[in-house]
Amino acid sequence: MHRRRFLLSAGAVAAGAALPRVLFANTGGTARLVVVILRGALDGLAAVPPYGDRDYADLHRELALAAPGAADGALALDGTFGLHPSLNFLHERYHAGELVVFHAVASPYRDRSHFDGQNVLENGLTQPIATADGWLNRALASLSQRHAGQPERAVSISQNVPLILRGDAPVLSKSPMATPDVDEDLLARLADLYSKDDWFSARLSEAVQGETLADDSHRMAALPAMSDVTATQPGKSAAADRPGSAARLAALLMRSDGGPEVAVFEATGWDTHANQGGSKGALAQRLAGLDNALRMLADGLGPLWPQTAVLVVTEFGRTAAVNGTRGTDHGTGGCAFLAGGAVHGGRVIADWPGLGHNALLDNRDLRPTLDLRSVFKTVLGDHMRIDAGALATRVFPNSNGARPLQGLIRA
Amino acid sequence: MLQTEIAVLRFGLGARPGDLTAATGDPRSWLRAQTQGEVQLAGMTSLAPSEQIFAEVLAAREERRDLKREAAAQPDTDSKAALNVLREAYLPHYRAQVLARAQSATLTNRPFAEHLTHFWANHFAISADKGAIFGLAGTLENEAVRPHVNGRFVDLLTAVEQHPAMLAFLDNQYSVGTDSAAAQRAERRIALGNSPKRQFGINENLAREILELHTLGVDGGYTQQDVTSFAQIITGWSIGGGKGRLAGGQTGRFFFRDNLHEPGAKTFLGKRYPDEGKAQGEAVLKDLARHPSTARFIATKLVRRFVADEPPPAAVERVARAFVNSDGYLPHVYSALIDAPEAWDTTPRKFKTPEDFVFSTLRAFDTPPTKPAEVIRSFELLGQRQYTPGSPAGWPDIAKAWDGSDALMHRVLWASLVAERVEQGVNPLDIAASSLGGYVRPDTLTALRRAASGTQALALLLMSPEFQRR
Repeated sequence: MHRRRFLLSAGAVAAGAALPRVLFANTGGTARLVVVILRGALDGLAAVPPYGDRDYADLHRELALAAPGAADGALALDGTFGLHPSLNFLHERYHAGELVVFHAVASPYRDRSHFDGQNVLENGLTQPIATADGWLNRALASLSQRHAGQPERAVSISQNVPLILRGDAPVLSKSPMATPDVDEDLLARLADLYSKDDWFSARLSEAVQGETLADDSHRMAALPAMSDVTATQPGKSAAADRPGSAARLAALLMRSDGGPEVAVFEATGWDTHANQGGSKGALAQRLAGLDNALRMLADGLGPLWPQTAVLVVTEFGRTAAVNGTRGTDHGTGGCAFLAGGAVHGGRVIADWPGLGHNALLDNRDLRPTLDLRSVFKTVLGDHMRIDAGALATRVFPNSNGARPLQGLIRA
Repeated sequence: MLQTEIAVLRFGLGARPGDLTAATGDPRSWLRAQTQGEVQLAGMTSLAPSEQIFAEVLAAREERRDLKREAAAQPDTDSKAALNVLREAYLPHYRAQVLARAQSATLTNRPFAEHLTHFWANHFAISADKGAIFGLAGTLENEAVRPHVNGRFVDLLTAVEQHPAMLAFLDNQYSVGTDSAAAQRAERRIALGNSPKRQFGINENLAREILELHTLGVDGGYTQQDVTSFAQIITGWSIGGGKGRLAGGQTGRFFFRDNLHEPGAKTFLGKRYPDEGKAQGEAVLKDLARHPSTARFIATKLVRRFVADEPPPAAVERVARAFVNSDGYLPHVYSALIDAPEAWDTTPRKFKTPEDFVFSTLRAFDTPPTKPAEVIRSFELLGQRQYTPGSPAGWPDIAKAWDGSDALMHRVLWASLVAERVEQGVNPLDIAASSLGGYVRPDTLTALRRAASGTQALALLLMSPEFQRR
């Protein structure tokens, strides 16, 4: 691999990025953050069944999970809430004191569009705005400058950058699909051709940075090559859709020299309008895939795990009652997870509103009692050490009602 | 960018050799001429219709059931093969549809009409990621969209919402009114203890997405109550050829199941709709198709596709007005787009999506693909696997969604692979002239002349800023 050498030559050609990269071993020191976005709206009452709630079984009917101890029952947490039986790794982390489970949480968004819901989840504001940038990017911009040779502190495990990481702070993207080497002479000439076009210039320079990092982390040996990706199974083939590959790549990049401190990846397939299944079935398989990905992330991060926090969030929850097609429709309140060695866990945090008819929002959804931005603020403040003033103004404007929580992160 | 180049590269799908000359006379008339008549697939392809595919899949399901029974009786039987039956039934159709789409985009003499077809297919997106419709993904575009691209929006809308692929994608075919005949009957059986307890009810997926994504837009002025009401109105909109409670109708065709339909008049957006069975939902679609919010929403998306990520308000206003004034007659809507001065801005403001990039490349070399795997792999590499936008919102149409650094590296890789496969003797400067015309920059021509090889020159051309934008 000669990318590092090329990086310098590309920098020399591509407008002003010609500073040599400072290398350091990425093994200790600063905090690490991974955000996992579950697109499609995870059913919080399936992932974290409130089996102790007297209305739960009636509403969730054939999808409801039994109490811990029963056949195919939930995994025990605290006597009221359990975990879906697919979530073994999270269950282990809970009992190791490394997982906080949040329930009855939601972003400030109160309608039921996936796309607006994801927009608000990622923009950190109170409503969807098409042109907004992402809260995690604004948070990065509030951190001190990193060394000039490699300013990117965050990576998105995808070809393109999701809203949560879009904005002024430079960000890498890297997809799990390994690519054969691109001819370096071609890249150098392209850098030259782009020299009068800042937009292309910046992207090419970042692309080369990403390749370098990936080479450093020996990704080629560890990830499926193009030829392994059978091109015939939409929904099943592309490595990008498999959270396990994404988690493994995130860990490899974060472990590499000069690697990012922050990574984002996503998992899809949570929009379970029909045939959702209970302890087994479609959603159970998705949850098992997610759980496995989180395990691979922790394994891959290895020595970095003690200083890592992993936030798992979705745009909203689903209806408390099962619909006419053995699934659930778009709802409001749901669950979220915060896992990692840096997390002071082993707790469920839920100001539980109950599932009685009058307790439900609009007679259908779990009523949110905690603003997700409170969780975000706590993680960014206590874990990433971002100034509270910046969090309250730049990162999450109009969020006075969403106060940070206490004691989520180990001192 | 000159007028001819704008017509061919921005409104069309990119220039084949000779295209820029063909449109030279009057680019606007060249575009307008394409907004009449059906938009058929160009090329020699004949694709299986959706009802045939449905029938094949039903047969495959039966086969799977038999295999499962065998597997249970004889542990040695390969049960994994049984599980693959469904996928195998769908796979040849998916491959054929993807190939036909790329061939048509390369060969068509009406690239603006083809581009509009793609626009509408993405507006009414379904995703082959959902296993149940994997091999049906292209049928919606070819059967429901193509016949109506140059017709009235209400006809396009109705054809799409009643297409079996859409009904299956958004789960409407089993949505049951709680007071429907089927639900009443089931309750009697439950009361007699003859049937397991099971919830009958609506599924609001299709109703919500019609309002949010197909017509009014998310801010179009509807409530959760309207979603629920509309979902009740379209209970019974289903697919023929089932069994038991779902018996009746022609296999794989739209079928109104009266026994699943929620009876009674319903109020939707403040208006009362009497119960006329299937026609109740069609009446709602008619009103949605002429709603001002729909006009604005469609206009905004059209202008975003053909002008800029941030649609200029004046252009949106012009197109929306044409939509309202013509009662959604699409040729008039397209005409307003063609007349919008903002669409002829000489600075291209759109970064090509992978689709734009692949189709314009195929046209530049005038080489329709011949193998499905080539097309499938190309789009996989570039991050836009055909017919898999992943959600009913369709593929995003802004640069920010496609401009990741990793995505750019994949474009460079793909451009190199394409350049290596181009026949010997193709002159990169000729291709630059025929594919970009007067839009190619002197700097790019210099880079092509200085390139180390013809192959490298072609890769540079494909990755040049002017080839990457439209």
